[in-house]
Amino acid sequence: MAVSSRRLQKELMDIKKEGTPVGIELLKADDFSKWILSVEVLGDTVYKGEKFALMFRFDNQYPISAPAVQFVVDDKWSAPEHPICASILGSEWSPVLSVVSVCVTIQSMLASCKVCPCLTAHTRAALLTGRGFSSA
Amino acid sequence: MSSDYEISDDEHEYYEYDDEDEEMVDAEDGSASEIEVDGFGNDFKVGVRQERKIYEVDYSALSQPEVERIMQADVDHISSIFGVEPPVAAILLRHMNWNKEKLIEKYMDNASAVAVAAGVELPPREPTPPPSKSSSSRGSMAGPQRTTRRLSADKGSDSKGKRASPPIDAEPFVCPICFDDSQTEFLSLLCDHKFCAGCWKEYITSKVRTEAECMITCMAEGCNIAAPDPFVEKALADDRETWSRYQELLVRQFVACIPHLKFCPYPSCTYTVSCPAAATKSSLTQIVPIVTCGASSAHVFCFGCPIDADHRPVVCAVARMWLQKCEDDSETANWIKSNTKECSKCQSTIEKNGGCNHMTCKKCKYEFCWVCMGPWSEHGTSWYSCNRYDEKASIEARDAQTRSRASLERYLHYYNRWANHEQSAKLSMELHAKTEKKMEEMQITSALTWIQVQFMKKAVDVVFRCRMTLKWTYAMAYYLAPGNQKELFEDNQRDLERAVEELSELIEAPIDPETIMSLRQKVTDKTVYVQKRNEIMLEDTAKGYLEGRWRWNTHVEGFDTD
Repeated sequence: MAVSSRRLQKELMDIKKEGTPVGIELLKADDFSKWILSVEVLGDTVYKGEKFALMFRFDNQYPISAPAVQFVVDDKWSAPEHPICASILGSEWSPVLSVVSVCVTIQSMLASCKVCPCLTAHTRAALLTGRGFSSA
Repeated sequence: MSSDYEISDDEHEYYEYDDEDEEMVDAEDGSASEIEVDGFGNDFKVGVRQERKIYEVDYSALSQPEVERIMQADVDHISSIFGVEPPVAAILLRHMNWNKEKLIEKYMDNASAVAVAAGVELPPREPTPPPSKSSSSRGSMAGPQRTTRRLSADKGSDSKGKRASPPIDAEPFVCPICFDDSQTEFLSLLCDHKFCAGCWKEYITSKVRTEAECMITCMAEGCNIAAPDPFVEKALADDRETWSRYQELLVRQFVACIPHLKFCPYPSCTYTVSCPAAATKSSLTQIVPIVTCGASSAHVFCFGCPIDADHRPVVCAVARMWLQKCEDDSETANWIKSNTKECSKCQSTIEKNGGCNHMTCKKCKYEFCWVCMGPWSEHGTSWYSCNRYDEKASIEARDAQTRSRASLERYLHYYNRWANHEQSAKLSMELHAKTEKKMEEMQITSALTWIQVQFMKKAVDVVFRCRMTLKWTYAMAYYLAPGNQKELFEDNQRDLERAVEELSELIEAPIDPETIMSLRQKVTDKTVYVQKRNEIMLEDTAKGYLEGRWRWNTHVEGFDTD
């Protein structure tokens, strides 16, 4: 079995056994190439009460190479084409990180975000994928 | 026309004598060939040539092992000064971009800070500094560490809470990356973050092969500890290809850091050229550092700029300006300027392609006269002819147009010649193939030997090289300020050009067994003459740079404007 599959299987087992951190849910993990998780921002933030869906795509180099992560808008799974440009998914990616730890990082990124709440989810996703947002 | 020809013939006669002298001199050099096409064949030979021509630059070509030896010398030097293992010294040097002086200064100032930043020492922990680590780490991390040998240290690292890995004694250690419990061999750097050998290999291979990264750090999140070379080699195990790629990356990083070194830009070439004469920007106004790497005489490039070709006699800054100009769309704008006029009211661009001079702007409906550009209303009833040609406003409008048209024509004059030489040079390479055939024929049909028919190949080579020189002289002439110097330059250019065209004609002449001997004589003589003209051209421009004789008609980077 390829390293990426074994590793993802292990992550899946951990999620099933120990559950996910608060606010994070596994929505879809039918195979070892694409997973979808939801992230809810906790506490009193501009995103209060909203759920964001994140799509993870893995190549067979995972976890040596980072997964491609992007927001999917509403329930339609139609996403802006750009993967999120967070430093932990680029230069600061480490193979010891996991799907859940990436979700936690993005959750805290959203929590510290000070963007006006009247923006649509789509715009917000675009903002987060933009080049300016690189501090993890 | 005929008198012109006479003169050139005389000149030819004169140089024929001269040529023989040169042949004699060359024969003394111990050269095997009859015509020594000096300055072409030997131009780029590395090293031992005693007399360097004024237009050549002093440089040496280094193979990868030679560069590695230079790197090793630096590493050993630092290693002995700091008292650290060579692999540690290498990481420190890479971290400081091989600036030895700066490294020594900073290290003497605060050794620990430098070591931590470079990833050869663990950062001091805030609450309880590790008791044994900081003192022993620097010396001991040179090689890969097998965790099996360091069980006691593992416990120490766990207690420091670095990574939540299960305690070693309780259950067998599982690599936190692949979770493959069949793995038995684990490796870690001095930070004690253990991963299985397979994952290390994958990780380093991915860094080296896909990211072209030679600074490998620990895989753990946020861990900055660098992997020393012996560790990398061990982790890569039997993958020698990646290991040699890694070494090449190290050399490239070194070369990129040192101003007087440059990596050969030709694909998959691993040679480096050292050219201290051209290491500073200011030197590039005085010399044109054309070099060739030791791997192949075809790997000709400029040390001072990214042009992968011989752009003598033009200095880098001018060559770049010219190429930029040729590439730019600015010439399209020039065309628009020359072929169109602006509506004097709304500034829309209008091209007149027929009809009378009574123009009505399509956009703003302004009516004007195409000839004088003045408003049509002032023309009264004098339809189809403009007698207001001398009005002040009209003169100004027309002057601007003329100037722009003249500048375009001037550019095209130089550009056409530039492009023509490039094209002809390409054709002469095609001719080369044909020449090869001709030479074979000649060996059969005449009593000439192989050595003796080489004159054709030499002639083609010379034509090619001289066309390259000529090509660039047009770029230079375009930017030269008018004056005596420019005239002298253009005289040299003209002489070279005429000689090259004559030689071109000769080598394309049909080969007739009866006339081979005389053709050979003619081609040989002409080749030497052409080459001599080329020398004069290059020497004179090179001298001019050293004397600061050339004046430009525009601001050129690095030159004083006067």
